[in-house]
Amino acid sequence: MNDEPVLLAFCCHYCAYAAADMAGSMRLNYSSNVRVLRLPCTGKVEVNFILAAFERGVDGVMVAGCLEGGCHFQVGNLRARRRVERAKEILAEIGLEPERLEMFNLSSAEGPRFAEIVVEMNNRLVRLGPSPLRLSADRMADGVNELELQADAAVKADVSAKGDSHDRG
Amino acid sequence: MIVADRKKIPEIREMIKDHKRVLLVGCGTCVTVCLAGGEREVGIIGSALRMSLKLAGREDVIVDECTIERQCEDAFIDLLAPRVEGYDAICSFGCGAGVQTLAERFPKIPVYPGLNTQFIGILESQGVWTEKCVGCGQCRLGEFVGICPITRCAKRIFNGPCGGSRDGKCEVDPDMDCAWQLIYERAKALGLLDKLERIASQQDWSMAQNTGSRKVVREDQRIAGLGPKS
Repeated sequence: MNDEPVLLAFCCHYCAYAAADMAGSMRLNYSSNVRVLRLPCTGKVEVNFILAAFERGVDGVMVAGCLEGGCHFQVGNLRARRRVERAKEILAEIGLEPERLEMFNLSSAEGPRFAEIVVEMNNRLVRLGPSPLRLSADRMADGVNELELQADAAVKADVSAKGDSHDRG
Repeated sequence: MIVADRKKIPEIREMIKDHKRVLLVGCGTCVTVCLAGGEREVGIIGSALRMSLKLAGREDVIVDECTIERQCEDAFIDLLAPRVEGYDAICSFGCGAGVQTLAERFPKIPVYPGLNTQFIGILESQGVWTEKCVGCGQCRLGEFVGICPITRCAKRIFNGPCGGSRDGKCEVDPDMDCAWQLIYERAKALGLLDKLERIASQQDWSMAQNTGSRKVVREDQRIAGLGPKS
């Protein structure tokens, strides 16, 4: 089994996802083991999405939304923070380190910050070691792909429902 | 609605420890509205429970989830009956009535409660539920301008307030409104203060929950030969 931690990043379309794009354009180096899932807003993240990721064996989850006060949907990122806190409580209850999960806030202009967050989370996961729920690499990849498809469907449903042509802002 | 909250995962894990195949059954009525035992919450508990079992070295235990519209009515449990085949335990995420209805319906399968049923209450604000009714069997809200002293007064007094009422709050808990202050204010606003001049009569507690399970019977609705328990 590969010992490199697997980090799943639920990223808001309007900020963290754009910041990840920018980090790429700026040719910044950050850990390659992050899997980015784009969501229309971090308010779309439910506690069960986070738990589903851990159940599928990922080592850590980060939820990255807009700066507080800057949510495209007003309070989606505030809801996400509360849900992350609740998920942390549940992780503590079942005996999995709550530090494997973290919420971050950044703007679409903060490419370097995105890279920094990924490195920070990666270092944390290296320190914690692999998740005791870790599956074989293939099964985990299938699980993560499944989550990715669900997230894509959520983005498409959201965009088509609103006839939304906004660019990331 | 009936308000409940979830039990902690270790408690649920302990209850089901002797079983190999466990079905978590959610309820789509009151406990869905109070975010305790609906489809989403049962999904969360199911996921957490599976991880918890795995971490405890009990990977062999199968935990599945499903949710029915209402656990307190046989007609809805009919839809659940084929689903429970092959499970050796059920953990109900309905209120206490739901747990017992399932237990009665499935005599060969142990049924455990996944929730702690709390009270009959309302959604006070997003994420906050408050008790409003104790189901005393003889409603007297008409006498008390729509504010229940049985539920909301710590002493359940009928001729209040008591000496422990301070600045509109109860001496038992400074965050709790004094029900009698609320009754007084509302009666005053409605011009009904004279109602409070009268000494309120005693409650007929024989109608309350202290003599075993109560029943409500509607003869006109009982049709011989129809329904599971007719």
